[in-house]
Amino acid sequence: MALSGMRGLSVFISDVRNCQNKELERLRVDKELGNIRTRFKNEKGLTPYEKKKYVWKMLYIYMLGYDVDFGHMEAVSLISAPKYPEKQVGYIVTSSLLNENHDFLRLAINTVRNDIIGRNETFQCLALTLVGNIGGREFAESLAPDVQKLLISSSCRPLVRKKAALCLLRLYRKNPDVVNVDGWSDRMAQLLDERDMGVLTSSMSLFVALVSNNHEAYWSCLPKCVKVLERLARNQDVPQEYTYYGIPSPWLQVKTMRALQYFPTVEDPNTRRSLFEVLQRVLMGTDVVKNVNKNNASHAVLFEALALVMHLDAEKEMMSQCVALLGKFIAVREPNIRYLGLENMTRMLMVADVQDIIKRHQAQIITSLKDPDISIRRRALDLLYGMCDVSNAKDIVEELLQYLSTADFAMREELSLKAAILAEKFAPDLSWYVDVILQLIDKAGDFVSDDIWFRVVQFVTNNEDLQPYAAMKAREYLDKPAIHETMVKVSAYILGEYSHLLARRPGCSPKEIFSIIHEKLPTVSTSTIPILLSTYAKILMHTQPPDQDLQSQIWTIFSKYESCIDAEIQQRAVEYHALSMKGAALMDILAEMPKFPERQSSLIKKAEDSEADTAEQSAIKLRAQQQSSNALVVTDQRPANGTPPVSQLGLVKVPIMSNEKIIHGQDQSTGEQVVAHTNGALTIMDPQPPSTPSPDLLGDLLGPLAIEGNTGIAPQSDPNMGSGFEGGTNADALAIAPVEEQTNTVQPIGNIAERFQALCLKDSGVLYEDPYIQIGIKAEWRVHHGQLVLFLGNKNIAPLNSVQALILPPSHLKMELSLVPETIPPRAQVQCPLEVINLQPSRDVAVLDFSYKFGTHMVNVKLRLPAVLNKFFQPITVTAEEFFPQWRSLSGPPLKLQEVVRGVRPMLLAEMVALFNSLRLMVCPGLDPNANNLVASTTFYSESTRAMLCLIRIETDPADRTQLRMTVASGDPTLTYELKEFIKEQLVYIPVPSRSAAPMPPQVRPTSPPNAVLDPGALLAGLL
Amino acid sequence: MGIRFVLMVNKQGQTRLAQYYEYLNLEERRALEGEIVRKCLARNEHQCSFVEHRNYKVVYRRYASLFFLVGVDNEENELAILEFIHLLVETMDRHFGNVCELDIMFHLEKAHFMLEEMVMNGCIVETSKSSILSPIQLMEKAS
Repeated sequence: MALSGMRGLSVFISDVRNCQNKELERLRVDKELGNIRTRFKNEKGLTPYEKKKYVWKMLYIYMLGYDVDFGHMEAVSLISAPKYPEKQVGYIVTSSLLNENHDFLRLAINTVRNDIIGRNETFQCLALTLVGNIGGREFAESLAPDVQKLLISSSCRPLVRKKAALCLLRLYRKNPDVVNVDGWSDRMAQLLDERDMGVLTSSMSLFVALVSNNHEAYWSCLPKCVKVLERLARNQDVPQEYTYYGIPSPWLQVKTMRALQYFPTVEDPNTRRSLFEVLQRVLMGTDVVKNVNKNNASHAVLFEALALVMHLDAEKEMMSQCVALLGKFIAVREPNIRYLGLENMTRMLMVADVQDIIKRHQAQIITSLKDPDISIRRRALDLLYGMCDVSNAKDIVEELLQYLSTADFAMREELSLKAAILAEKFAPDLSWYVDVILQLIDKAGDFVSDDIWFRVVQFVTNNEDLQPYAAMKAREYLDKPAIHETMVKVSAYILGEYSHLLARRPGCSPKEIFSIIHEKLPTVSTSTIPILLSTYAKILMHTQPPDQDLQSQIWTIFSKYESCIDAEIQQRAVEYHALSMKGAALMDILAEMPKFPERQSSLIKKAEDSEADTAEQSAIKLRAQQQSSNALVVTDQRPANGTPPVSQLGLVKVPIMSNEKIIHGQDQSTGEQVVAHTNGALTIMDPQPPSTPSPDLLGDLLGPLAIEGNTGIAPQSDPNMGSGFEGGTNADALAIAPVEEQTNTVQPIGNIAERFQALCLKDSGVLYEDPYIQIGIKAEWRVHHGQLVLFLGNKNIAPLNSVQALILPPSHLKMELSLVPETIPPRAQVQCPLEVINLQPSRDVAVLDFSYKFGTHMVNVKLRLPAVLNKFFQPITVTAEEFFPQWRSLSGPPLKLQEVVRGVRPMLLAEMVALFNSLRLMVCPGLDPNANNLVASTTFYSESTRAMLCLIRIETDPADRTQLRMTVASGDPTLTYELKEFIKEQLVYIPVPSRSAAPMPPQVRPTSPPNAVLDPGALLAGLL
Repeated sequence: MGIRFVLMVNKQGQTRLAQYYEYLNLEERRALEGEIVRKCLARNEHQCSFVEHRNYKVVYRRYASLFFLVGVDNEENELAILEFIHLLVETMDRHFGNVCELDIMFHLEKAHFMLEEMVMNGCIVETSKSSILSPIQLMEKAS
């Protein structure tokens, strides 16, 4: 066979290939690396040809998976070689070996630029490709104008321009400002007129990126895209080279249809008609053919067309045509088509009207759940999960349960989570729900996360009718020979609470229940033993009249564990022992658990969180998270009842946990258990074991046993608590929770609430100031992204130490704060960038928990961050022709909401106009004939809604300025509601009088609904 | 961004060509390549050509002893990528004449050049075989 032009390279490759094992390969590679290193050291003797050869060897070695940590300079230096072959190697190897942050890359910027602006078009191509693949921000800033010029230049040949298009795409992603939207949209439209298919293909990719970020600016391009599609569909002016198995560039067709999916609708009737003609032709005219390649290519286009039709929400007839096609696809033998049929059917579920038609295919989909191919099974599972509702939940969940026993390990966790959620969401009756969860634990205990059994306990606790049934079921499972530990936990818990309801049944006397549970004790781990101890204590209490024999058995167990090395077990054993000797007092303290507050299921939340990526979590993503968690990334999985989990690095510091911390601290420092006496009654505090996976639920389940009617979070509201602990709180404990004790001796300068309010209306200013520090903020908002910079300025001649900044984002914001230094030097200012992404509309406010130490003062403040709803608005003026059709089409709740607002702070109409405009709600004068009314519009951006037009109408009463009628409309019900409430807050807002940083009344936001109190962000905001 | 990586790996799991369009360090590459190949090798021809792995979707095709694997994100059209693989193979065929693993191995640089003409920054640049091959022919003429 013909060997490569470089003999040395070929010899090396074939040497490596002939190595018998990995060890020999490593030896050969090491030898070669040593050789290259030596050769590079004596660089003078190297010809360009030799350099080229060695650099290729390096690339080959790197590809084999060996680290090549030298020679990068040589690769980069080849870029400036005068001859094409060397230069080309330099470019290719550089872009394979280096990443955009590599220092050497900077050295090359100048050469690269010279190549780009030079006359040699092959050099231009090489340089554009390098920048397109690994160019960073610096490249964006210095090269963008040149690249743009090439792309739109008429004298430039297609081979250069197609590369310029994708190069510009890279630069745009690095710095969106490089494409100036105003002038650019016209040029983009011109580019879409391009005849050369290569340039058109890459320009279309550029266009997709631009339009996905801001479709508003590119309406003029929409008809051009439709023209491109028509050209391809009719095969007009498509060179043979671009036809693939008789299909005019399927890739360009797909890309173009994808671009169209970023526009909310196609309004122009002519364009719409042309587009639907093309789509109709694709839907009807795609036949199954023998040739695999042709078949795949035509179906690639077909699936994209389906997606576009679904997006445009076409006429009913066309939609049912789509569902019919998909129904056909999920039954075919060809696995790829089956896979894609299932995948697209799942997407189709988003369109409300088709669910019933999809349900007709349920049997077929269930068959796919048993497909030999895991890829298809996963799709089927997703689809079944998505299509489940009350009518088919029983069937689907039972299928899932059945499948669970044979399912791959890789799928079991997801499967059991999904089954649990569906059972909860759509249970026809609660006993069925209990059955499902217990079966789930029985069949796949290892894969049932704690959340699942916590949830069933909550349900049983909150539904009295269910308690005897659940107890009976739990008792039945205990008879099984080998049960999963989770089953031991849940049945022990349920029987502890409710076994007395079974007392008359055979095998259910307290003694029998006790002994069957106790049989399991030797098999369980230390995390389960505390639950069993609680159960024993409860059984003992329910045994009336007391059974001396049982009592002595249980006491023996308690005293055995009083010296247990595990603090949790030891503490419980001691407490229960002491309690149970008290006799009557036991009754009150060990009474049934009170009902849990109603809250969103943590399972559903978990599923929502992981929805984006149902497969395994990316290791790369995880790594990125861990790295940045130095800089305090808080996920939004915080529970609703106010005990946020401790983040990986333990940085979360939340005041309401401090009582527990004190106990905890003492616990560890003295090694003794805490039993505090308050007014003679015993109070038990169960510190949460540090390793508990989900403190919120455990906090309820395993936390304080009903303390005289108080629920879980009672302790810190009990004024006696503090004194109760005083005796035991020693210096050690203080060191652990110093924040509460020593804060607030520093008074803030200025009113924090007013500063916040001001920052809601402008983008830079002071967020907080006290004698030691000033925190400034500067923000830039672009669609649903925000880039904030916190300026932490030390005002003193001594350093500020132990600086900590923690962002507590509400669930609708994704926020990432870069590393905050621990020390701020005297008179210095540090800047900490903070990235914000708005996921969905919400008025909840992010909180910055900021603390620092100055000398002996520990200062801790919680500041609301002005990443509020209106920051994600982009004002837009609408004309009467645009306004009225929209206004009419959004008819009535939940998209259009109306409310009479009273208690408005009186202001003149002009003031109101100014307020609206400063909130980025653009007042459109002249739209409302009544001069006392005003109409405003804006575009709201979030990841879930994308760009969404919002329309507002305010009708004021000149006779009574304290009331008005407000109507808000948008295409998203949550957005409409949140926007309405937001405006209301602004209109009735009354500035809170100046206060110290000491606790403020929780009603800072007077109109917030009560459930906001459950949101930790809101809770903290309330503490301000 | 559509295409995250293009890999050519043989049945023994040896990488014959690797091009990433997002930066992964060596450790991550090694792990990723190993995992994906293991997954794909376990599959038979009656199974579909898509494998979900981590947060990628891998579209793959097997030609004799060689696997062509393309990692994409959720925003890509799977069948279009599947045929793009075939286009790549046909292009190599046109250049090498019945391309085989050894061609790609010993002409690593040419394989790279071809791929570079076809994909840039994770997007498809060119789908015409003659346009893809013309720079390579130019280069051959020059040397």
